[in-house]
Amino acid sequence: MGNSSSLLTQYDLEHLQNHCNHLYSQREIIALYERFCQLDRAGKGFISADEFMGMPEFAVNPLCQRLLKMLEGLNFKEFIALLSAFSARATNDDKLKFIFKVYDTDGNGKVTSSDMLQVLRDLSGSFLTDEQRKSVLKQALEQAGYTVDSALTLQDFKKVLGKADLTMDVEVPVD
Amino acid sequence: MQWEVEGGEEEEEGVEVEMGRSRGEVIREDDFLGGHGPEEAAGLADAFRDEKMQLRDLLDISQVLSEAGSAIIDDSFTRCFKSNAPEPWNWNIYLFPLWVMGVIIRYFILFPLRVILLAGGWIIFLGLFFPLHVALKNHDNARRQVERGLVEFICSVFVCSWTGIIKYHGPRPSPRPKQVFVANHTSMIDFIILEQMTAFAVIMQKHPGWVGFLQTTVLESLGCIWFNRTEAKDRQIVAQKLKKHIEDPDSNPLLIFPEGTCVNNEYTVIFKKGAFELDCMVCPIAIKYNKIFVDAFWNSKKQSFTMHLMRLMTSWAVVCDVWYLEPQTLRPGETPIEFSERVRTLIAKRAGIKKVPWDGYLKYYRPSPKITDKKQQGFAEAVVRGLEASKQTQ
Repeated sequence: MGNSSSLLTQYDLEHLQNHCNHLYSQREIIALYERFCQLDRAGKGFISADEFMGMPEFAVNPLCQRLLKMLEGLNFKEFIALLSAFSARATNDDKLKFIFKVYDTDGNGKVTSSDMLQVLRDLSGSFLTDEQRKSVLKQALEQAGYTVDSALTLQDFKKVLGKADLTMDVEVPVD
Repeated sequence: MQWEVEGGEEEEEGVEVEMGRSRGEVIREDDFLGGHGPEEAAGLADAFRDEKMQLRDLLDISQVLSEAGSAIIDDSFTRCFKSNAPEPWNWNIYLFPLWVMGVIIRYFILFPLRVILLAGGWIIFLGLFFPLHVALKNHDNARRQVERGLVEFICSVFVCSWTGIIKYHGPRPSPRPKQVFVANHTSMIDFIILEQMTAFAVIMQKHPGWVGFLQTTVLESLGCIWFNRTEAKDRQIVAQKLKKHIEDPDSNPLLIFPEGTCVNNEYTVIFKKGAFELDCMVCPIAIKYNKIFVDAFWNSKKQSFTMHLMRLMTSWAVVCDVWYLEPQTLRPGETPIEFSERVRTLIAKRAGIKKVPWDGYLKYYRPSPKITDKKQQGFAEAVVRGLEASKQTQ
Protein backbone atom coordinates (compact mmCIF):
# COMPACT_ATOMS: atom_id res chain seq x y z
CA MET A 1 0.00 0.00 0.00
CA GLY A 2 1.65 3.21 -1.12
CA ASN A 3 0.89 6.81 -0.43
CA SER A 4 -1.51 7.25 -3.33
CA SER A 5 -4.20 5.12 -1.73
CA SER A 6 -4.66 7.74 0.95
CA LEU A 7 -5.92 10.12 -1.73
CA LEU A 8 -9.04 8.03 -2.21
CA THR A 9 -11.70 8.62 0.39
CA GLN A 10 -14.38 6.11 1.33
CA TYR A 11 -16.84 8.22 -0.61
CA ASP A 12 -14.62 8.09 -3.70
CA LEU A 13 -14.32 4.33 -3.40
CA GLU A 14 -18.05 3.80 -3.18
CA HIS A 15 -18.64 6.10 -6.11
CA LEU A 16 -16.02 4.27 -8.20
CA GLN A 17 -17.40 0.91 -7.24
CA ASN A 18 -20.84 1.95 -8.36
CA HIS A 19 -19.48 3.21 -11.63
CA CYS A 20 -17.93 -0.13 -12.50
CA ASN A 21 -21.04 -1.99 -11.36
CA HIS A 22 -19.37 -3.51 -8.33
CA LEU A 23 -17.19 -5.68 -10.52
CA TYR A 24 -14.16 -4.73 -8.46
CA SER A 25 -13.79 -4.86 -4.70
CA GLN A 26 -12.59 -1.78 -2.85
CA ARG A 27 -9.17 -3.30 -2.30
CA GLU A 28 -8.89 -3.99 -6.01
CA ILE A 29 -9.85 -0.42 -6.84
CA ILE A 30 -7.14 0.88 -4.50
CA ALA A 31 -4.59 -1.43 -6.15
CA LEU A 32 -5.74 -0.30 -9.60
CA TYR A 33 -5.44 3.33 -8.54
CA GLU A 34 -1.85 2.75 -7.49
CA ARG A 35 -1.23 1.12 -10.84
CA PHE A 36 -2.88 4.03 -12.66
CA CYS A 37 -0.68 6.52 -10.79
CA GLN A 38 2.35 4.41 -11.55
CA LEU A 39 1.61 4.40 -15.29
CA ASP A 40 0.62 8.08 -15.35
CA ARG A 41 4.18 9.18 -14.70
CA ALA A 42 3.59 12.84 -15.33
CA GLY A 43 0.62 12.92 -12.95
CA LYS A 44 -1.75 14.32 -15.55
CA GLY A 45 -4.83 12.36 -14.46
CA PHE A 46 -4.84 10.19 -17.56
CA ILE A 47 -2.42 7.78 -19.22
CA SER A 48 -1.00 8.84 -22.58
CA ALA A 49 -0.32 6.54 -25.51
CA ASP A 50 3.43 6.80 -24.93
CA GLU A 51 3.07 5.65 -21.35
CA PHE A 52 1.03 2.63 -22.44
CA MET A 53 3.52 1.73 -25.13
CA GLY A 54 6.32 1.99 -22.57
CA MET A 55 5.14 -1.39 -21.29
CA PRO A 56 6.74 -3.92 -23.62
CA GLU A 57 4.20 -6.58 -22.61
CA PHE A 58 1.44 -4.31 -23.92
CA ALA A 59 3.34 -3.03 -26.95
CA VAL A 60 3.85 -6.52 -28.39
CA ASN A 61 0.14 -7.34 -28.30
CA PRO A 62 -1.35 -7.42 -31.85
CA LEU A 63 -4.41 -5.46 -30.72
CA CYS A 64 -2.52 -2.80 -28.79
CA GLN A 65 -3.33 0.03 -31.20
CA ARG A 66 -7.07 -0.65 -30.99
CA LEU A 67 -6.96 -0.84 -27.22
CA LEU A 68 -4.85 2.30 -27.11
CA LYS A 69 -7.60 4.25 -28.87
CA MET A 70 -10.07 3.02 -26.29
CA LEU A 71 -7.86 3.63 -23.27
CA GLU A 72 -5.72 6.69 -23.79
CA GLY A 73 -6.83 9.90 -22.18
CA LEU A 74 -9.30 8.20 -19.87
CA ASN A 75 -9.52 9.35 -16.28
CA PHE A 76 -9.36 6.75 -13.55
CA LYS A 77 -13.14 6.32 -13.29
CA GLU A 78 -13.52 5.51 -16.97
CA PHE A 79 -10.35 3.45 -16.90
CA ILE A 80 -11.64 0.98 -14.35
CA ALA A 81 -15.10 0.99 -15.89
CA LEU A 82 -13.52 -0.23 -19.14
CA LEU A 83 -11.18 -2.70 -17.44
CA SER A 84 -13.98 -4.17 -15.35
CA ALA A 85 -14.68 -6.57 -18.21
CA PHE A 86 -11.51 -8.38 -17.12
CA SER A 87 -12.70 -8.91 -13.57
CA ALA A 88 -13.44 -12.46 -12.47
CA ARG A 89 -16.86 -11.20 -11.38
CA ALA A 90 -17.72 -9.98 -14.87
CA THR A 91 -20.40 -11.98 -16.66
CA ASN A 92 -20.08 -13.36 -20.16
CA ASP A 93 -22.34 -10.51 -21.23
CA ASP A 94 -19.91 -7.91 -19.87
CA LYS A 95 -17.04 -9.55 -21.70
CA LEU A 96 -19.06 -9.72 -24.90
CA LYS A 97 -19.84 -6.03 -24.65
CA PHE A 98 -16.13 -5.31 -24.35
CA ILE A 99 -15.24 -7.49 -27.32
CA PHE A 100 -17.95 -5.78 -29.34
CA LYS A 101 -16.51 -2.40 -28.39
CA VAL A 102 -13.09 -3.46 -29.63
CA TYR A 103 -14.59 -4.30 -33.04
CA ASP A 104 -16.96 -1.35 -33.25
CA THR A 105 -14.39 1.43 -33.58
CA ASP A 106 -16.84 4.13 -34.60
CA GLY A 107 -19.21 3.21 -31.80
CA ASN A 108 -22.33 3.12 -33.94
CA GLY A 109 -23.51 -0.22 -32.61
CA LYS A 110 -22.80 -2.06 -35.86
CA VAL A 111 -19.83 -4.18 -36.83
CA THR A 112 -19.40 -4.49 -40.57
CA SER A 113 -17.23 -6.98 -42.38
CA SER A 114 -14.66 -4.25 -42.99
CA ASP A 115 -14.41 -3.79 -39.20
CA MET A 116 -13.93 -7.53 -38.84
CA LEU A 117 -11.35 -7.54 -41.62
CA GLN A 118 -9.38 -4.83 -39.84
CA VAL A 119 -9.23 -6.85 -36.65
CA LEU A 120 -8.17 -9.89 -38.65
CA ARG A 121 -5.45 -7.75 -40.18
CA ASP A 122 -4.20 -6.76 -36.73
CA LEU A 123 -4.20 -10.37 -35.65
CA SER A 124 -2.45 -11.86 -38.66
CA GLY A 125 -0.23 -9.01 -39.85
CA SER A 126 1.74 -9.69 -43.00
CA PHE A 127 1.35 -13.43 -42.71
CA LEU A 128 -1.97 -13.53 -44.55
CA THR A 129 -2.96 -11.80 -47.75
CA ASP A 130 -6.06 -9.65 -47.92
CA GLU A 131 -7.56 -12.25 -50.23
CA GLN A 132 -7.11 -15.01 -47.69
CA ARG A 133 -8.66 -12.87 -44.97
CA LYS A 134 -11.65 -11.92 -47.12
CA SER A 135 -12.11 -15.52 -48.14
CA VAL A 136 -12.05 -16.94 -44.64
CA LEU A 137 -14.38 -14.22 -43.34
CA LYS A 138 -16.85 -14.76 -46.18
CA GLN A 139 -16.89 -18.48 -45.51
CA ALA A 140 -17.40 -18.03 -41.77
CA LEU A 141 -20.13 -15.41 -42.21
CA GLU A 142 -22.06 -17.48 -44.71
CA GLN A 143 -21.81 -20.57 -42.55
CA ALA A 144 -23.30 -18.62 -39.64
CA GLY A 145 -26.14 -17.35 -41.78
CA TYR A 146 -24.85 -13.86 -42.57
CA THR A 147 -23.45 -12.31 -45.69
CA VAL A 148 -20.44 -10.15 -46.39
CA ASP A 149 -22.71 -7.11 -46.36
CA SER A 150 -24.31 -7.82 -42.99
CA ALA A 151 -23.69 -5.44 -40.15
CA LEU A 152 -23.60 -7.35 -36.87
CA THR A 153 -25.13 -5.86 -33.74
CA LEU A 154 -24.44 -6.73 -30.13
CA GLN A 155 -27.33 -9.19 -30.29
CA ASP A 156 -25.69 -10.97 -33.21
CA PHE A 157 -22.44 -11.14 -31.29
CA LYS A 158 -24.28 -12.64 -28.35
CA LYS A 159 -25.81 -15.23 -30.63
CA VAL A 160 -22.50 -16.16 -32.23
CA LEU A 161 -20.23 -16.02 -29.19
CA GLY A 162 -22.80 -16.76 -26.52
CA LYS A 163 -21.66 -20.29 -25.91
CA ALA A 164 -17.92 -19.63 -26.33
CA ASP A 165 -15.67 -19.96 -23.33
CA LEU A 166 -14.55 -16.36 -22.94
CA THR A 167 -11.80 -16.69 -20.36
CA MET A 168 -10.76 -13.09 -20.01
CA ASP A 169 -10.10 -12.95 -16.27
CA VAL A 170 -7.15 -10.93 -15.07
CA GLU A 171 -6.40 -10.95 -11.38
CA VAL A 172 -5.65 -7.61 -9.73
CA PRO A 173 -2.69 -7.99 -7.38
CA VAL A 174 -3.84 -6.74 -3.98
CA ASP A 175 -1.36 -6.47 -1.12
CA MET B 1 17.17 1.24 -33.84
CA GLN B 2 15.95 -2.26 -33.23
CA TRP B 3 17.07 -4.20 -30.21
CA GLU B 4 16.06 -7.80 -30.12
CA VAL B 5 14.52 -9.40 -27.11
CA GLU B 6 16.27 -12.68 -26.70
CA GLY B 7 14.18 -15.26 -24.95
CA GLY B 8 15.55 -17.89 -22.63
CA GLU B 9 14.71 -21.51 -22.84
CA GLU B 10 15.81 -23.03 -19.56
CA GLU B 11 13.99 -22.80 -16.31
CA GLU B 12 15.54 -24.54 -13.37
CA GLU B 13 13.77 -25.56 -10.24
CA GLY B 14 13.43 -22.98 -7.54
CA VAL B 15 13.82 -19.95 -9.76
CA GLU B 16 10.56 -18.21 -10.51
CA VAL B 17 9.90 -16.62 -13.83
CA GLU B 18 7.31 -13.93 -13.36
CA MET B 19 5.00 -13.00 -16.17
CA GLY B 20 1.44 -11.93 -16.52
CA ARG B 21 -1.46 -12.41 -14.18
CA SER B 22 -4.10 -13.83 -16.50
CA ARG B 23 -6.28 -16.15 -14.48
CA GLY B 24 -3.91 -15.70 -11.58
CA GLU B 25 -1.31 -18.00 -13.11
CA VAL B 26 2.40 -17.56 -13.62
CA ILE B 27 2.73 -17.96 -17.36
CA ARG B 28 5.90 -19.60 -18.55
CA GLU B 29 8.01 -17.33 -20.69
CA ASP B 30 7.95 -19.96 -23.43
CA ASP B 31 4.23 -19.56 -23.82
CA PHE B 32 4.54 -15.83 -24.03
CA LEU B 33 7.33 -15.76 -26.55
CA GLY B 34 5.69 -18.45 -28.63
CA GLY B 35 8.41 -20.91 -27.80
CA HIS B 36 6.10 -23.91 -27.94
CA GLY B 37 5.40 -23.39 -31.59
CA PRO B 38 3.20 -21.03 -33.50
CA GLU B 39 -0.06 -22.85 -32.75
CA GLU B 40 -0.41 -22.03 -29.10
CA ALA B 41 0.51 -18.42 -29.65
CA ALA B 42 -2.94 -17.46 -30.90
CA GLY B 43 -4.83 -19.79 -28.61
CA LEU B 44 -7.33 -20.44 -31.34
CA ALA B 45 -5.57 -23.36 -32.92
CA ASP B 46 -7.59 -26.21 -31.49
CA ALA B 47 -10.77 -24.92 -33.03
CA PHE B 48 -9.24 -24.73 -36.46
CA ARG B 49 -7.20 -27.86 -36.55
CA ASP B 50 -9.17 -29.99 -38.94
CA GLU B 51 -12.36 -28.04 -39.25
CA LYS B 52 -13.60 -25.16 -41.18
CA MET B 53 -13.38 -21.70 -39.72
CA GLN B 54 -16.40 -20.90 -37.63
CA LEU B 55 -17.47 -17.28 -37.19
CA ARG B 56 -17.42 -17.88 -33.48
CA ASP B 57 -13.72 -18.75 -33.59
CA LEU B 58 -12.78 -15.83 -35.79
CA LEU B 59 -14.53 -13.29 -33.61
CA ASP B 60 -13.30 -14.67 -30.29
CA ILE B 61 -10.37 -12.42 -29.42
CA SER B 62 -10.69 -13.04 -25.70
CA GLN B 63 -7.27 -14.67 -25.40
CA VAL B 64 -5.40 -11.79 -27.04
CA LEU B 65 -7.43 -9.27 -25.05
CA SER B 66 -6.71 -10.99 -21.77
CA GLU B 67 -2.97 -10.82 -22.50
CA ALA B 68 -3.32 -7.08 -23.08
CA GLY B 69 -5.45 -6.67 -19.98
CA SER B 70 -2.94 -8.54 -17.91
CA ALA B 71 -0.18 -6.24 -19.19
CA ILE B 72 -2.17 -3.12 -18.34
CA ILE B 73 -3.04 -4.27 -14.85
CA ASP B 74 0.41 -5.51 -13.91
CA ASP B 75 3.30 -5.98 -16.29
CA SER B 76 6.49 -7.76 -15.38
CA PHE B 77 8.76 -5.17 -16.96
CA THR B 78 7.62 -2.16 -14.90
CA ARG B 79 7.91 -4.33 -11.80
CA CYS B 80 11.68 -4.58 -12.34
CA PHE B 81 12.18 -0.88 -11.88
CA LYS B 82 9.75 -0.18 -9.10
CA SER B 83 11.22 0.86 -5.79
CA ASN B 84 8.78 -0.03 -3.04
CA ALA B 85 8.36 2.78 -0.54
CA PRO B 86 9.32 1.49 2.87
CA GLU B 87 6.53 0.99 5.38
CA PRO B 88 6.49 3.91 7.82
CA TRP B 89 7.17 2.57 11.29
CA ASN B 90 7.18 5.88 13.16
CA TRP B 91 3.43 6.25 13.30
CA ASN B 92 2.80 6.34 17.00
CA ILE B 93 3.76 8.51 19.93
CA TYR B 94 6.48 6.23 21.26
CA LEU B 95 8.24 5.60 17.99
CA PHE B 96 8.05 9.05 16.52
CA PRO B 97 10.51 10.78 18.88
CA LEU B 98 12.86 7.84 18.42
CA TRP B 99 12.68 8.34 14.69
CA VAL B 100 13.27 12.07 15.01
CA MET B 101 16.37 11.37 17.10
CA GLY B 102 17.50 8.98 14.43
CA VAL B 103 17.04 11.61 11.74
CA ILE B 104 19.03 14.15 13.73
CA ILE B 105 21.87 11.72 14.30
CA ARG B 106 21.91 10.62 10.66
CA TYR B 107 21.74 14.04 9.06
CA PHE B 108 23.66 16.18 11.51
CA ILE B 109 26.23 13.86 13.02
CA LEU B 110 26.82 10.91 10.71
CA PHE B 111 26.47 12.77 7.44
CA PRO B 112 29.02 15.52 8.15
CA LEU B 113 31.46 12.94 9.53
CA ARG B 114 31.06 10.86 6.40
CA VAL B 115 31.51 13.82 4.13
CA ILE B 116 34.72 14.72 5.92
CA LEU B 117 35.91 11.14 5.64
CA LEU B 118 35.09 11.04 1.95
CA ALA B 119 36.72 14.39 1.28
CA GLY B 120 39.82 13.32 3.17
CA GLY B 121 40.00 10.08 1.24
CA TRP B 122 39.65 11.88 -2.08
CA ILE B 123 42.35 14.40 -1.24
CA ILE B 124 44.77 11.60 -0.40
CA PHE B 125 43.79 9.66 -3.47
CA LEU B 126 44.00 12.50 -5.96
CA GLY B 127 47.11 13.82 -4.29
CA LEU B 128 48.83 10.50 -4.85
CA PHE B 129 47.24 9.27 -8.05
CA PHE B 130 48.02 12.02 -10.52
CA PRO B 131 51.61 12.71 -9.49
CA LEU B 132 52.42 8.99 -9.44
CA HIS B 133 50.67 8.52 -12.76
CA VAL B 134 53.07 11.00 -14.29
CA ALA B 135 56.16 10.07 -12.27
CA LEU B 136 55.97 6.35 -12.94
CA LYS B 137 55.27 6.78 -16.62
CA ASN B 138 58.05 4.50 -17.66
CA HIS B 139 57.66 1.87 -15.00
CA ASP B 140 54.47 0.29 -16.23
CA ASN B 141 54.35 -2.62 -13.81
CA ALA B 142 54.97 -0.59 -10.70
CA ARG B 143 52.53 2.04 -11.85
CA ARG B 144 49.84 -0.54 -12.40
CA GLN B 145 50.31 -2.01 -8.94
CA VAL B 146 50.21 1.38 -7.29
CA GLU B 147 47.11 2.45 -9.22
CA ARG B 148 45.30 -0.77 -8.36
CA GLY B 149 46.09 -0.27 -4.70
CA LEU B 150 44.95 3.32 -4.79
CA VAL B 151 41.66 2.50 -6.51
CA GLU B 152 40.94 -0.23 -3.99
CA PHE B 153 41.71 2.32 -1.28
CA ILE B 154 39.32 4.98 -2.56
CA CYS B 155 36.57 2.42 -3.00
CA SER B 156 37.00 1.32 0.58
CA VAL B 157 36.71 4.95 1.61
CA PHE B 158 33.46 5.17 -0.36
CA VAL B 159 32.11 2.04 1.26
CA CYS B 160 32.98 3.44 4.70
CA SER B 161 31.26 6.67 3.86
CA TRP B 162 27.94 4.89 3.69
CA THR B 163 28.86 2.39 6.40
CA GLY B 164 28.77 -0.51 4.05
CA ILE B 165 28.33 -3.82 5.80
CA ILE B 166 29.31 -6.20 3.08
CA LYS B 167 29.80 -9.91 3.39
CA TYR B 168 31.86 -11.55 0.68
CA HIS B 169 31.33 -15.26 0.15
CA GLY B 170 33.46 -17.49 -1.97
CA PRO B 171 36.99 -17.34 -3.38
CA ARG B 172 38.28 -13.87 -4.23
CA PRO B 173 38.94 -13.22 -7.91
CA SER B 174 42.54 -13.52 -9.02
CA PRO B 175 43.95 -12.02 -12.19
CA ARG B 176 44.23 -14.70 -14.85
CA PRO B 177 43.98 -14.45 -18.60
CA LYS B 178 40.89 -15.61 -20.46
CA GLN B 179 38.39 -14.92 -17.75
CA VAL B 180 35.58 -12.42 -17.39
CA PHE B 181 33.36 -11.60 -14.39
CA VAL B 182 29.64 -10.95 -14.64
CA ALA B 183 27.31 -9.61 -11.98
CA ASN B 184 23.73 -8.42 -11.61
CA HIS B 185 23.33 -4.66 -11.53
CA THR B 186 21.42 -2.50 -9.08
CA SER B 187 23.35 0.74 -8.87
CA MET B 188 26.75 2.15 -9.68
CA ILE B 189 27.75 1.28 -6.14
CA ASP B 190 27.87 -2.37 -7.24
CA PHE B 191 31.05 -1.45 -9.02
CA ILE B 192 32.47 0.28 -5.95
CA ILE B 193 31.62 -2.62 -3.69
CA LEU B 194 33.30 -5.14 -5.96
CA GLU B 195 36.19 -2.83 -6.71
CA GLN B 196 37.23 -2.46 -3.11
CA MET B 197 38.13 -6.16 -3.09
CA THR B 198 39.69 -6.40 -6.54
CA ALA B 199 40.70 -3.69 -8.96
CA PHE B 200 38.51 -4.70 -11.88
CA ALA B 201 38.38 -3.10 -15.27
CA VAL B 202 34.78 -2.38 -16.08
CA ILE B 203 32.78 -1.75 -19.18
CA MET B 204 30.32 1.06 -18.56
CA GLN B 205 28.19 3.72 -20.13
CA LYS B 206 29.91 7.08 -20.40
CA HIS B 207 28.29 9.45 -17.90
CA PRO B 208 28.22 13.24 -17.85
CA GLY B 209 29.49 15.46 -15.06
CA TRP B 210 32.02 14.62 -12.40
CA VAL B 211 31.46 10.91 -12.86
CA GLY B 212 32.47 11.26 -16.50
CA PHE B 213 35.62 13.12 -15.53
CA LEU B 214 36.61 10.37 -13.15
CA GLN B 215 35.88 7.81 -15.82
CA THR B 216 38.21 9.39 -18.32
CA THR B 217 41.06 9.92 -15.90
CA VAL B 218 41.18 7.37 -13.14
CA LEU B 219 39.22 4.49 -14.57
CA GLU B 220 40.94 4.71 -17.92
CA SER B 221 44.17 3.70 -16.24
CA LEU B 222 42.55 0.52 -15.00
CA GLY B 223 41.76 -0.47 -18.53
CA CYS B 224 38.05 0.35 -18.45
CA ILE B 225 36.10 0.26 -21.69
CA TRP B 226 33.33 2.69 -22.61
CA PHE B 227 30.26 2.08 -24.65
CA ASN B 228 27.58 4.31 -26.02
CA ARG B 229 24.05 2.92 -26.02
CA THR B 230 22.94 5.20 -28.78
CA GLU B 231 25.59 4.33 -31.32
CA ALA B 232 24.67 1.66 -33.81
CA LYS B 233 28.11 0.25 -34.65
CA ASP B 234 29.11 0.41 -31.01
CA ARG B 235 28.47 -3.25 -30.33
CA GLN B 236 31.20 -4.47 -32.67
CA ILE B 237 33.74 -1.90 -31.54
CA VAL B 238 33.15 -2.83 -27.93
CA ALA B 239 33.31 -6.54 -28.69
CA GLN B 240 36.72 -6.07 -30.25
CA LYS B 241 37.99 -4.07 -27.30
CA LEU B 242 36.74 -6.76 -24.94
CA LYS B 243 38.54 -9.50 -26.82
CA LYS B 244 41.77 -7.57 -26.79
CA HIS B 245 41.53 -6.92 -23.09
CA ILE B 246 41.05 -10.47 -21.93
CA GLU B 247 43.83 -11.74 -24.05
CA ASP B 248 46.36 -9.41 -22.44
CA PRO B 249 47.75 -11.24 -19.39
CA ASP B 250 48.73 -8.01 -17.64
CA SER B 251 45.34 -6.39 -17.76
CA ASN B 252 43.07 -6.20 -14.75
CA PRO B 253 40.27 -8.76 -14.49
CA LEU B 254 37.30 -7.59 -16.52
CA LEU B 255 33.90 -7.02 -14.92
CA ILE B 256 30.75 -6.81 -17.02
CA PHE B 257 27.18 -6.09 -15.98
CA PRO B 258 25.34 -7.96 -18.72
CA GLU B 259 21.91 -6.58 -17.80
CA GLY B 260 22.98 -3.27 -19.29
CA THR B 261 20.89 -1.22 -16.90
CA CYS B 262 20.13 -0.88 -13.19
CA VAL B 263 17.36 -3.16 -11.94
CA ASN B 264 15.69 -3.00 -8.54
CA ASN B 265 17.44 -6.07 -7.04
CA GLU B 266 14.18 -8.07 -6.89
CA TYR B 267 14.37 -9.17 -10.52
CA THR B 268 16.93 -9.77 -13.24
CA VAL B 269 16.43 -8.84 -16.85
CA ILE B 270 17.91 -10.71 -19.78
CA PHE B 271 21.69 -10.80 -19.97
CA LYS B 272 23.26 -9.45 -23.12
CA LYS B 273 25.17 -12.19 -24.83
CA GLY B 274 28.25 -10.04 -25.54
CA ALA B 275 30.07 -11.21 -22.42
CA PHE B 276 29.35 -14.85 -23.24
CA GLU B 277 30.71 -14.90 -26.76
CA LEU B 278 34.28 -14.09 -25.78
CA ASP B 279 35.40 -17.69 -25.74
CA CYS B 280 36.66 -17.61 -22.16
CA MET B 281 35.68 -18.59 -18.65
CA VAL B 282 32.80 -16.66 -17.12
CA CYS B 283 32.85 -16.16 -13.34
CA PRO B 284 29.42 -15.14 -12.04
CA ILE B 285 29.03 -12.81 -9.07
CA ALA B 286 25.69 -12.43 -7.30
CA ILE B 287 24.91 -9.26 -5.34
CA LYS B 288 21.94 -8.90 -3.04
CA TYR B 289 21.20 -5.82 -0.98
CA ASN B 290 19.33 -5.95 2.27
CA LYS B 291 16.77 -3.16 2.19
CA ILE B 292 16.60 -2.93 5.96
CA PHE B 293 18.07 0.57 6.20
CA VAL B 294 18.02 1.86 2.68
CA ASP B 295 17.03 0.72 -0.78
CA ALA B 296 20.20 0.71 -2.86
CA PHE B 297 18.42 0.67 -6.23
CA TRP B 298 19.49 3.61 -8.36
CA ASN B 299 16.66 4.68 -10.63
CA SER B 300 18.75 6.71 -13.05
CA LYS B 301 15.65 8.29 -14.56
CA LYS B 302 14.50 9.65 -11.25
CA GLN B 303 17.73 10.59 -9.44
CA SER B 304 21.18 11.79 -10.32
CA PHE B 305 24.07 9.79 -8.94
CA THR B 306 24.94 12.59 -6.53
CA MET B 307 21.45 12.53 -5.01
CA HIS B 308 21.65 8.77 -4.82
CA LEU B 309 24.96 8.94 -2.95
CA MET B 310 23.54 11.53 -0.57
CA ARG B 311 20.61 9.27 0.18
CA LEU B 312 23.02 6.46 1.01
CA MET B 313 25.17 8.71 3.14
CA THR B 314 22.22 9.88 5.23
CA SER B 315 21.04 6.41 6.12
CA TRP B 316 22.35 4.13 8.80
CA ALA B 317 24.09 1.55 6.67
CA VAL B 318 24.13 -0.30 3.38
CA VAL B 319 23.94 -4.03 3.99
CA CYS B 320 24.87 -6.33 1.20
CA ASP B 321 25.91 -9.89 0.34
CA VAL B 322 28.32 -10.69 -2.46
CA TRP B 323 28.77 -14.24 -3.66
CA TYR B 324 31.63 -15.20 -5.97
CA LEU B 325 30.25 -18.23 -7.79
CA GLU B 326 31.94 -21.11 -9.55
CA PRO B 327 33.42 -20.21 -12.95
CA GLN B 328 31.45 -21.48 -15.93
CA THR B 329 32.44 -22.26 -19.48
CA LEU B 330 30.44 -22.71 -22.64
CA ARG B 331 29.22 -26.30 -22.79
CA PRO B 332 29.54 -28.18 -26.09
CA GLY B 333 26.48 -27.55 -28.21
CA GLU B 334 25.36 -24.60 -26.10
CA THR B 335 24.73 -21.27 -27.78
CA PRO B 336 25.96 -18.04 -26.14
CA ILE B 337 22.34 -17.11 -25.42
CA GLU B 338 21.70 -20.39 -23.63
CA PHE B 339 24.96 -19.90 -21.77
CA SER B 340 23.94 -16.41 -20.65
CA GLU B 341 20.58 -17.72 -19.46
CA ARG B 342 22.26 -20.51 -17.54
CA VAL B 343 24.56 -18.06 -15.77
CA ARG B 344 21.62 -15.73 -15.11
CA THR B 345 19.75 -18.59 -13.47
CA LEU B 346 22.76 -19.31 -11.25
CA ILE B 347 23.03 -15.70 -10.17
CA ALA B 348 19.27 -15.30 -9.65
CA LYS B 349 19.10 -18.45 -7.57
CA ARG B 350 22.02 -17.45 -5.37
CA ALA B 351 20.78 -13.93 -4.79
CA GLY B 352 17.18 -15.06 -4.33
CA ILE B 353 15.78 -12.84 -7.05
CA LYS B 354 13.35 -13.57 -9.86
CA LYS B 355 14.01 -13.72 -13.57
CA VAL B 356 12.07 -11.74 -16.12
CA PRO B 357 12.22 -12.46 -19.87
CA TRP B 358 12.72 -8.87 -20.92
CA ASP B 359 15.71 -6.99 -22.26
CA GLY B 360 16.70 -4.09 -20.00
CA TYR B 361 17.11 -1.76 -22.95
CA LEU B 362 13.33 -1.76 -23.39
CA LYS B 363 13.53 1.06 -20.87
CA TYR B 364 14.81 3.19 -23.72
CA TYR B 365 13.49 1.53 -26.84
CA ARG B 366 10.30 -0.16 -28.04
CA PRO B 367 10.33 -3.95 -28.32
CA SER B 368 11.31 -5.46 -31.62
CA PRO B 369 8.38 -6.53 -33.79
CA LYS B 370 9.61 -10.13 -33.68
CA ILE B 371 7.34 -11.09 -30.78
CA THR B 372 4.25 -9.57 -32.34
CA ASP B 373 5.21 -11.23 -35.61
CA LYS B 374 5.33 -14.63 -33.92
CA LYS B 375 1.82 -14.22 -32.51
CA GLN B 376 0.49 -13.03 -35.83
CA GLN B 377 2.19 -15.89 -37.61
CA GLY B 378 0.59 -18.39 -35.26
CA PHE B 379 -2.86 -17.03 -35.93
CA ALA B 380 -2.25 -16.82 -39.68
CA GLU B 381 -1.10 -20.43 -39.87
CA ALA B 382 -4.19 -21.59 -38.04
CA VAL B 383 -6.36 -19.70 -40.49
CA VAL B 384 -4.53 -21.16 -43.46
CA ARG B 385 -5.00 -24.67 -42.09
CA GLY B 386 -8.69 -23.98 -41.71
CA LEU B 387 -8.86 -22.76 -45.30
CA GLU B 388 -7.10 -25.90 -46.54
CA ALA B 389 -9.43 -28.09 -44.52
CA SER B 390 -12.45 -26.42 -46.00
CA LYS B 391 -11.06 -26.79 -49.53
CA GLN B 392 -10.72 -30.50 -48.95
CA THR B 393 -14.28 -30.96 -47.80
CA GLN B 394 -15.72 -29.05 -50.74
